[in-house]
Amino acid sequence: MNIPGHTAVPPARSGRWRGGEGPWAWWCAMAVALSLLMLGALLVLLMSRGLANFWPASVHQLTLADGSQVIGVPVETRQRPEDAGSERRYFTANRDASGGIWRWVNVEDIRQDSAPEDLVHIKRMRWSDFLGRLVAVNIDGRRFDGELAWQRLEERLDEIRQQRQLRRELEATQIIPLIRRLESSNGPESNHDPGSNSDDVRIHQQLAELQQQARDLQSGMTGAVLILETAEGRRLEQPLEEVDTVLRPNAMSAWQKVGRWSSGVWQYLSEGPRAANTAGGVWPAIFGTVLMVILMSILVTPFGVLAAVYLNEVAHQGRLTRLVRIGVRNLAGVPSIVYGVFGLGVFVYGIGGQLDEWFFAETLPSPTFGTGGLLWASLTLALLTLPVVIVATEEGLARIPMHQREGALALGATHLEMLTRVVLPMAMPAMLTGVILAVARAAGEVAPLMLVGVAKLAPQVPLDGEFPWLHLERKFMHLGYHIYDAAFHSSDVQAALPLIYATALLLVLVILVLNLTAIFLRHYLRTRHGAFARQ
Amino acid sequence: MARSRVNEAGELMSANRNSQDADIQRTRNGAIMDFPTTETSLDIKGLTLAYDGKQALRDLTLRIPRHRVTAFIGPSGCGKSTLLRALNRLHDLNESVTRQGSIHLEGHDIHDPRVAVAELRRRVGMVFQAPNPFPMSIYDNVAFGLRLQGGLSKRRIDDVVEWALKSAALWDEVKGRLRASAWSLSGGQQQRLVIARTLAVEPEVLLLDEPASALDPISTLKIEELIGNLKPHLTLVLVTHNMQQAARVSDYTAFLHDGELVEYGSTDTLFTHPRLRRTENYITGRMVG
Ligand SMILES: Nc1ncnc2c1ncn2[C@@H]1O[C@H](COP(=O)(O)OP(=O)(O)OP(=O)(O)O)[C@@H](O)[C@H]1O
Ligand SMILES: [Mg+2]
Repeated sequence: MNIPGHTAVPPARSGRWRGGEGPWAWWCAMAVALSLLMLGALLVLLMSRGLANFWPASVHQLTLADGSQVIGVPVETRQRPEDAGSERRYFTANRDASGGIWRWVNVEDIRQDSAPEDLVHIKRMRWSDFLGRLVAVNIDGRRFDGELAWQRLEERLDEIRQQRQLRRELEATQIIPLIRRLESSNGPESNHDPGSNSDDVRIHQQLAELQQQARDLQSGMTGAVLILETAEGRRLEQPLEEVDTVLRPNAMSAWQKVGRWSSGVWQYLSEGPRAANTAGGVWPAIFGTVLMVILMSILVTPFGVLAAVYLNEVAHQGRLTRLVRIGVRNLAGVPSIVYGVFGLGVFVYGIGGQLDEWFFAETLPSPTFGTGGLLWASLTLALLTLPVVIVATEEGLARIPMHQREGALALGATHLEMLTRVVLPMAMPAMLTGVILAVARAAGEVAPLMLVGVAKLAPQVPLDGEFPWLHLERKFMHLGYHIYDAAFHSSDVQAALPLIYATALLLVLVILVLNLTAIFLRHYLRTRHGAFARQ
Repeated sequence: MARSRVNEAGELMSANRNSQDADIQRTRNGAIMDFPTTETSLDIKGLTLAYDGKQALRDLTLRIPRHRVTAFIGPSGCGKSTLLRALNRLHDLNESVTRQGSIHLEGHDIHDPRVAVAELRRRVGMVFQAPNPFPMSIYDNVAFGLRLQGGLSKRRIDDVVEWALKSAALWDEVKGRLRASAWSLSGGQQQRLVIARTLAVEPEVLLLDEPASALDPISTLKIEELIGNLKPHLTLVLVTHNMQQAARVSDYTAFLHDGELVEYGSTDTLFTHPRLRRTENYITGRMVG
């Protein structure tokens, strides 16, 4: 646009900054770039450490200066102080044969470093992994050597996996529910009337039969034994039913490794934890986290919205309302552990204890609701996130133009009809924004949960085929707590570290998915009738 | 039903047409009243209204004739909108508003505690300066007031929506896209949609607060035509800053200044032979503010 007599662009005040805007724009840009960089670094770290864990790394065989043999997976190399050369840490596994699973080796001492294809990496249920060679397989007394051993081994392993799955299902769907029924009818205070007694006898019989079935399945898995050899030449016998996977990483092609990697990731996502949370999967924790967040949203949304509507639309806008509003905003800043203490005192001991006295007196003193559980954790987090929902909804309500409300009233709507038919639908995106913020806060919260219901190990998810399906009183696992537990309460943090990274990544992804769901929901609501005008 | 009521109203109107004799009077605060003997729809007596103690209307007395267009004119801030909003009790929302005096609709005091405010507002519809369709489909906007009444069949609502959109001269433009968002319409269409939405609940009085001030000349013309078409069926009250518009569409004009009624009479008389100098100055554009 050139107006005669005016220069199109005013000259910059100083030549140093383009456009004469001064340095502030650059400072802002740098702040944004720095934040993004740190976020990116965090994600890259989590991804590389977490996901690499599932990759079948190649196994090395070393010959050291003193002639001894080492078989292991290199983990890290570090420089020793004062130019004393460098040392490398190997994951050597075989806790049963050598006592430890790590070994530091002087890099200078390595005379020979090779990766023979016959080295095996076995993931076991106990004693952590095995690294070494497969000598032979003994199946029901018959011995197989060489390639034939591999074939038989893999067939047998598949069978065992199927049987293990069957046994797990039998336990989860039949045996555990029966045991629960026995527990609930055999409380210490229950009087032994003959009716319930004969009932008990029947259940006991049923249980005995089922347990026999489970034992049969278990014994069907035995019979195969691997004969293994460690680097030092020691022979080991490993029953096959305690083996999870057997790999020859050095003999695998890249595609096989990708396949192994993805099935490893899948196992991690779909199975329960093993070895005191330092190995195995995190499915119960994923389930617990998501279920708790969903319950929390269901609890917090109506309360938050009603409170915001009252504050903004119904209450007299006087000093008291302003005071309440300031109070609500400040509640958002209260440390979460304080809410945890409140939940423990009021929900768990107060309300839960009372419920137990009224409805579960026969099982006392073992508590039903009077101990931490899914319901109390969700309620505590709902309380924690309530201010967020109230504030967001209130802001949304305040943004709705007066003339929209008047338009509804002028058509003969009552105050309530105006609220429910015009104001609340228009405030829906703001409410969802509040819920999104609440979900983001609640999903990552761990401290209060430790007081009100999270468990170190609760492989039974709180949702199953047993009436009433959703078990609000049960303890549950949580990804955040899982990380804390594996990192601080496991005997070998080094061994758990890759899974901690993977779990941290997963926690971030779960929150991301929860948020994206809410954001898409909001977007859908926004676009349904065109964009809302911005005043 | 809507149509039958309108027909009835049309007949009523033609029955009243011959009683146009003027009846000049001077009110307490010296305003000139030149009021027709046609039947009164809204009867305002001694209305004083204050925001937070600051008076916006002072002792206003005025009768609005049934099935005529009455225009309120006056400089900005003189209280036209305030008066209009008093007629359907929209001031109830604002706790700082105090009121003395009375307003009667068809002989009944609208401030009577027995009056249901929502029903009063249905009978006295209002269209605001800025179009304010709800963020719903065109159809839902028009059906909004009907659904509030409840108990109407889907067919009946369809019929009334069509009738209301036709009455508001919008049907031809939107009949193919009733499910589209009302916010996708142009400003002029939105204002006619708002009028249709108001007509759908069959009000007796329609209050229009500068309905065309945000519109282009063609949309304005359409709204003016619409007002003319509605006149036989409804009592219309129009606030406008446009003298030509007031002269074109209204039968009676009230000139307000500083919260007081200055002169009120038939539009012809007021524009051609204003009785007071103040009125003349304003309508000829010699008075500013
Ligand atoms: N909500 C309110 N609170 C306080 N004072 C108000 C409010 N609304 C209007 N007023 C005051 O009342 C007086 C009359 O206002 P009103 O809106 O009725 O004027 P108007 O004649 O409609 O003006 P315009 O032609 O500009 O729309 C003005 O002095 C205004 O400042
Ligand atoms: Mg106004």
